[in-house]
Amino acid sequence: MKDKIVFSRRNFLRTSALASGGILIGVNFLNACAEAAQPPVDVANLDFKDFNAFIKIAENGYVTIFSPNPEIGQGVKTSMPMIIAEELDVPWDHVTVEQAPLNTEKYSRQVAGGSQSIRAGWDSLRQTGATSKQLLINAAAERWGVSAQTCTASEGIITNEEGETLGYGEVVNDAAKMEVPENAVLKDPKDYKIIGKNAVNVDIDAIITGKPLYGLDFKEEGMKYATVMRAPAFGEKLKSYDDSEAKTVNGVEEILQFGDKIAVIATNTWAAMKAKRKIKVQWEPSGNLEGSALHSQKLDAILDRKDLKVEREDGDVNKAFADADQVIERTYESPFLPHNCMEPMNFYANVTADKVYLVGPIQTPAGTASQVAKLLERDEKDIDLQMTRMGGGFGRRLYGDFVLEAAEISNLAKKPVKVVYSREDDMTAGTYRPSIKYRIKAALKDDKVTGYNLKEAAINSNMYGLIPNFFPAGAIANYKVETGNYKSDISTGAWRAPYTNFLAFAEQSFFDEIAGELQIDPVQLRLDLLDNVDEGADERIEYSASRMKDTIRLAAEKGNWGSAEPGIHKGFSAYYSHNSHVAEVVSIGMQNGFPKVKNVTVAVDCGIVVNPTGARNQVEGGVIDGIGHAMYGYFPFEDGRPKAENFDSYRLIRMQETPVVDVHFVENTLSPTGLGEPGLPPAGGALANAIKAATGQRLYQQPFINSFEKQKLQDIKV
Amino acid sequence: MATYTLKVNGKKVNVEADDDTPLLWILRDELNLVGTKFGCGIGQCGACTVHVDGEANRSCLLKASELVDHEITTIEGLAEDDDNLHPVQQAWKEVDVPQCGYCQAGQIMTASAFLKENPAPSNEEIRKAMHGNICRCAAYNRIEKAVALASKK
Ligand code: FES
Ligand code: FES
Repeated sequence: MKDKIVFSRRNFLRTSALASGGILIGVNFLNACAEAAQPPVDVANLDFKDFNAFIKIAENGYVTIFSPNPEIGQGVKTSMPMIIAEELDVPWDHVTVEQAPLNTEKYSRQVAGGSQSIRAGWDSLRQTGATSKQLLINAAAERWGVSAQTCTASEGIITNEEGETLGYGEVVNDAAKMEVPENAVLKDPKDYKIIGKNAVNVDIDAIITGKPLYGLDFKEEGMKYATVMRAPAFGEKLKSYDDSEAKTVNGVEEILQFGDKIAVIATNTWAAMKAKRKIKVQWEPSGNLEGSALHSQKLDAILDRKDLKVEREDGDVNKAFADADQVIERTYESPFLPHNCMEPMNFYANVTADKVYLVGPIQTPAGTASQVAKLLERDEKDIDLQMTRMGGGFGRRLYGDFVLEAAEISNLAKKPVKVVYSREDDMTAGTYRPSIKYRIKAALKDDKVTGYNLKEAAINSNMYGLIPNFFPAGAIANYKVETGNYKSDISTGAWRAPYTNFLAFAEQSFFDEIAGELQIDPVQLRLDLLDNVDEGADERIEYSASRMKDTIRLAAEKGNWGSAEPGIHKGFSAYYSHNSHVAEVVSIGMQNGFPKVKNVTVAVDCGIVVNPTGARNQVEGGVIDGIGHAMYGYFPFEDGRPKAENFDSYRLIRMQETPVVDVHFVENTLSPTGLGEPGLPPAGGALANAIKAATGQRLYQQPFINSFEKQKLQDIKV
Repeated sequence: MATYTLKVNGKKVNVEADDDTPLLWILRDELNLVGTKFGCGIGQCGACTVHVDGEANRSCLLKASELVDHEITTIEGLAEDDDNLHPVQQAWKEVDVPQCGYCQAGQIMTASAFLKENPAPSNEEIRKAMHGNICRCAAYNRIEKAVALASKK
C-alpha cells in the first residue's frame, strides 16, 4: 500500500481558550481544517466533526489527549500519544489519554486494521506535537519580550537566554489567543526521550482491576439483553418456529422474527440465552449446504485450470519450466478459521425517533454507521456511534453484521437492547478466514531458481493489493502469480494478516524444499534470492531486499542458526507483510513423538520502535498466534455447518504449548510501521520447516496436529 | 425465581434469580460486577474465574443455590482498594501483560489463587496452573513472567 496521506502543514490545527483555563488544540491529521472549524471551550463538548483529536494543556501543565482511535489490543492508544508527547516535549507521566467518544455525524475515518495506524499517523502526530510546542514557546517569548528563536523548551518548561523559565501551564492561556505557527521543527530521532522507551499500556489499571471497558460491560438505564437465533448452516433459511416454551422463561419480554433470524429480548443475559435454546425451529435450504470435502475438490479443480486470473507476470515462465533441469511442484491446503475474539461479538443499540445511539466494539465505526443508516432508512446525521475498548479484533470486528442486528432489533422492539453472542454464536456465525489452496511450482536450472509459478484457489475472494508483489517477486526473473475462486454461502473475511497468514506458510515451506533440492542452507537460499532484487526498479515491490537481508541475518544470528543442539530441531522463515520485515527461527523438541515448540527467535524491522514493550507484546502474540493456528486451528464444515462451536471442540493454543518468544528489533531511524500482524505469517512456515528437520516429514496441510494423529505417533523418528 | 443471600467481596447481597442462573451472570447483570468476563460459558476458557472461599472457580459453571454461605471474591474485590493492588496485579502492571486485556481478570484470579496454594512455584508449575486460561492475544509469555514475579513479592 502506498502512503496516501498528504499531510498539510498549513492549517491543520486550531486552538481555543478553555473556559476553565488552559488551551484546547483541535487537530485534523488528514486535512486542512475547515474555514469555520473551532474547538469548543469545554471538553464536555468535544465533537469530532472537524477534528480527529484534541489536546488539552491545563494550567498546571498537564496534558490530556483525546483520541477516538479504536483500541483492539494493538497498543495504539498508548503509542500514538507517545509520538505527540515526544514532539510536544512533556514528561510522559504528565500525559493522560482518553478514548474520546465518536460522533459519527461527521468525522474522519478511524479504522483499526491492517497494522496501519502508526504508519499513517507518524508524520502528522509528530507535526502536531512540534507545532503545539512552538506555539507555547511563542507565547513565552512574547511575555518576555524576546525573540522566540532564543527560547527552547523541554520537559514542559520553556527557557530563555537569561535562564528564566516558564512552565507550559503558565503560558497556555496566552497561547490560546495566538496564531498557530507554521515553522515548527521536528526533533532528531537521537534526541527522543519518550519514543523508544517502554510505556506501559495506558489502560493497565482499569484492566487489572476489572473496570468496565468493553462493549459487553456497557449498560444503560432500561437496557434489555438480546440473543439471536440464526440459521445453523450457511445456505439455510427460516421455515417456521414455535416459541411457546421459550416465552415461559423468567425474564423473557419478547421474541421476534427479523428476516431469517429470531431475537429473544429479556431482562438479563442468562434468560435471553436460555430461552433461545427452547425455541423449536425448522430451517429449510436456501442455497448449497457445503462441506469441506466439496471445497477441497472445487479448489483442486481451480488449480488445474489454465485460465486463472494473472496477478503478476514477469519474464517467460513457460520457457523457464521447459528449459529447467528440474521442476518441483507442491500443493498446500488450509482450513477455514474463526476469529474467536476473547470478547464475543456484542453491540448496544437504542433506536428512537430522534436518534440511533449505538455503543460497542467495532473496528470500522464510520462504515458501519452508514450501513445502519441505510438499513433503518435514517439520515446519517441521526446515527451516534460510540466505541468501547475491544476484547480482540483479528479482523472480525471490521464487519458490522452484529451492529446491524442490534439496530434492527431495537428498531422493531422500540427498546434499548444489547445483542450478546454466546461463544457458539460467535464461532458459528463468523466471517471466516477462507479455506485456501496454493500450488507452487519452481524451475531449477544450474543450481538456480529460474522460474516460479504460484496459483491460489480460495473460497470467495483472493489475495489483494500488492501481495502478488511480495517476495519472491523481483527475485526470480520468470515469475507468475495466478488466482481463482469458488463462491460459497459460507461468509468469509479478513483474518489477522489476510492471505499472507497462510501464503507465507506455503511459500516458506516451499523455499525449504528448494534449498533441500539445491543442497544449500535455507537461510543462504533466501539471501541469494534477495541478492537478485534490483531495489527500487519496480514500483509495485514495496519490500526492501536490503532490509530483509539484515532482518534475516539478525534472526539467524540471535537464533543460533546452523549450530547444533542435542534434541533441538530448527526451522527458518522470513516474510514481509504489512510494511514490516520479519524473520523467525523456530526451535522444537520431540516429546512422545509429538513436536514441542520451545523457542521462537524473531527479528523485526518495523522502523523506529515507538514503544518497545508494546511492540514486543504484539510480536510475541502474533508469533504464538501463528504457531497455535498452524498447529491446532481446525474448523471443517459439513452440510453447511461448522463442526466446532466452542473451546471444547475448537482448540486454541494454551500456556503449556507456548514457546518462549525472543524478539529483536533491527535498529534504524526509518518511519515506524505496524506490528499487529507481521509477526504471524512467518511462524507457521518456520514451524513446518522445524518439524521436517525433526521428523523427516514435510507437512502440506494445516493444522499440523492432524498429520500426527493420522500417521500414528510411533512412526516419527525422535 | 428465588432469593439468595450471597457474600461477594466481603458484602452480603440479596439476589433474585432462577436457580439455574450461573454466578457469572448474577455478578455481571444483577450486581454490576462486570470485571468477571464471559468467554465460553462451558468452563473452557477461564475468563470468568472468581474465588470461592479462596479457591479459583469458573463462575459460568456455578449456581447461586450452591454458593450461599460461601465467600465469593471477584477481580473488583481482589485488592483492598485501587491504591493497594494485590501483588499479582502489581506484577501484571510491571510486566505490562495485557494486549486486548479481556482475559486478564480471569488470569489474575487464577494466578492469585494458585500462588496462595503454592507460593514458590517452578515455571513448569506456573505453566500447568495457567493452562486452563485462554488468552486469544497470546500474552502467555508475559503471564508466565508476571506470575513468577508475583511469587517473589
Ligand atoms: S466463561 Fe467460564 S470458563 Fe469460559
Ligand atoms: S489479552 Fe486479549 S485475550 Fe488475553
